[in-house]
Amino acid sequence: MSHIVIDKERCKGCYLCIEECPKKLLKVGKDVNSLGVHLVEFDDPNHECLGCAMCATRCPDMAITEVYKG
Amino acid sequence: MTTLTQTFKIPESIKKGSKFSFCPGCDHGVAVRLVAEVLDELGLREKTIAVASIGCSVTLYDFLEVDSLEAPHGRALAEATGIKRARPDKFVFTYQGDGDFASIGMAESMHCALRGENVTAICINNTTYGMTGGQLGPTTLIGQVTTTSPTGRNVEYYGYPIKIAEHIALCDGTAYSARVSLDTVPNIRKAKAAIKKAFEIQQQGLGFSFVEILATCPTNWKKSPQKAHERVREEMMPIYKPGIYKDITANN
Amino acid sequence: MTECLTKTSKKVLTKGNYAIANAAVLAGCECYFGYPITPQSEIGEFMSGKMQELKRAYVSAESELAAINMVLGACATGAKAMTSSSSCAVALMQEALSYAASDELPIVLVSVMRGGPGLGNIYPSQGDYNQATIGGGNGDYKMIVLAPATVQECVDLTYKAFYLAHKYKNPTVLLADGLLGQMMEPVEFKEYPYPEVDNSDWALTGAKNRPGRIIRSYAPSADNQCEFLNKLHAKYKLIEENETEWEEINTEDADIILVSFGSPARNAKSAMKECRKLGLKVGLLRPITLFPFPSKRIAELAEKTKKFISVEINMGQMIRDIKLAVNGKAQVELLNRPVGNPPSVEEIVEKIKKESGV
Repeated sequence: MSHIVIDKERCKGCYLCIEECPKKLLKVGKDVNSLGVHLVEFDDPNHECLGCAMCATRCPDMAITEVYKG
Repeated sequence: MTTLTQTFKIPESIKKGSKFSFCPGCDHGVAVRLVAEVLDELGLREKTIAVASIGCSVTLYDFLEVDSLEAPHGRALAEATGIKRARPDKFVFTYQGDGDFASIGMAESMHCALRGENVTAICINNTTYGMTGGQLGPTTLIGQVTTTSPTGRNVEYYGYPIKIAEHIALCDGTAYSARVSLDTVPNIRKAKAAIKKAFEIQQQGLGFSFVEILATCPTNWKKSPQKAHERVREEMMPIYKPGIYKDITANN
Repeated sequence: MTECLTKTSKKVLTKGNYAIANAAVLAGCECYFGYPITPQSEIGEFMSGKMQELKRAYVSAESELAAINMVLGACATGAKAMTSSSSCAVALMQEALSYAASDELPIVLVSVMRGGPGLGNIYPSQGDYNQATIGGGNGDYKMIVLAPATVQECVDLTYKAFYLAHKYKNPTVLLADGLLGQMMEPVEFKEYPYPEVDNSDWALTGAKNRPGRIIRSYAPSADNQCEFLNKLHAKYKLIEENETEWEEINTEDADIILVSFGSPARNAKSAMKECRKLGLKVGLLRPITLFPFPSKRIAELAEKTKKFISVEINMGQMIRDIKLAVNGKAQVELLNRPVGNPPSVEEIVEKIKKESGV
């Protein structure tokens, strides 16, 4: 199933990806990385992800390192 | 069971394990990634010599797995000229900010275009000097507040900003000049297409190719990354209109 | 008029600027980038025709700033590349020279000195001794500086400039003056006598089957800047040990030693000969490399000679290096002309007589 992979240490917490997701599957999470940034979480309980990679295309830090469609 | 297709990965031309040192939400990261993606797609990485200039753009060489030379401030296209003339078989591009390209380096930029050097220049236009803390630059908009235009850019003291892509398009040696924006995902895709076109123009030996990229500087603009993109759309794009200003390969 | 010279076993009559340009071509210079300025414009004129004829790189740059930076770019690929210029325009290049020293790029700059400061004039001068040897750019760096005194040396030292630049990965200056640039003498263009230097371990050639190479001067921390400067200066020490070159005549028994480089050294040599005829014990030391400067030899000579006279076309620049080398052990006098033709043989003889108490 379609999904994304997030590299926690690359995320700088700009949250540009959140508004980009057409299915609103990204949100600010509780976990914090070594930069002290609240990480973006991918939450897709109903398997709605399209694998469109709009989030990864928007991310300025390649924190969304991989996107799969299927 | 469905098979998975990978729709995004970190480009091969990005240095393994490297992380961008740009501020959160800065569009430089997107621009560098697009350059890396195009280098991958055109198979150019192993023959590339990049020229980084002074400003935030200089860090390019920390992220791309290519040979790179750091030019003194403003001289990137003189360096690129020297590289290309010495080694015409190499792929040569510069990655510069608007201050580097169009202020301190205007003579080098313009003459490189006028000579029609077969190199590519990528210029990040964020309407300010980012690395030094947000001073007024050649592309700072009328009315824009910076640390050296505390009440906003006025014509009396500062004169007018420059529309770079239009000026470069006027040079006879220019084969391609485009302005793109990174404010939305569709525009990011257009930006990548423009970079690819510019690189292909060089591969075909057609002359100078140029892409001006409208980008954010959330830190110095004192805006959230989201609001910064709104500013690109609402304040920059009406003045700095995206488009292809010259393409000698286009029909008509 | 551009003379088209080639390698020849017999002597030909040519002027200094053409000699330098032709020697650069014979040294295998692949790229010339330049901007006109008197009194060295013949170099660019010669190169424009010759380099195109040979299908090598030539650019009429928009400024000296651009020209020297094009040289940096070409040299970063390992190419033999050069520019040529003069005084106030070499001043424009100082930033790039500092970068080249820091980047350890083998650039060759021909600097044909004219009058200064400012626009000055087009008469011969040695007013840029300090500019070349101390450096007008920022930071702690050194350039190798070679000073020809004859048109033949314009040829020989141009060859050497390319070799040393590449051997030490260091910016190298051929420091001539307007008189040498315009003077005609018979010269011989021999085969380039030096081996080609392997640059495969650092040149930018594309990151094929190896990681990307970065040529840069940015040192992100104070620590790595310290380490780098120590390494750079160890190289300068090595250059001093291996490459210091000078001509020395009649110094063994000399009471007075003339020290002079470039075109004034010619008159100094004649004056020395005149004085010897008069029974005066006069010698000559002519530095051929200005960095490295023959300080060690001058220090040795200071132990037994009474006086040094520095003969220069400036207000006295090299004299500082002589004084540093002499270190108070002998008297150091200046015979200078601020700008224009060098002090004449007669003037130098008079000065020697005066200093000898004759």
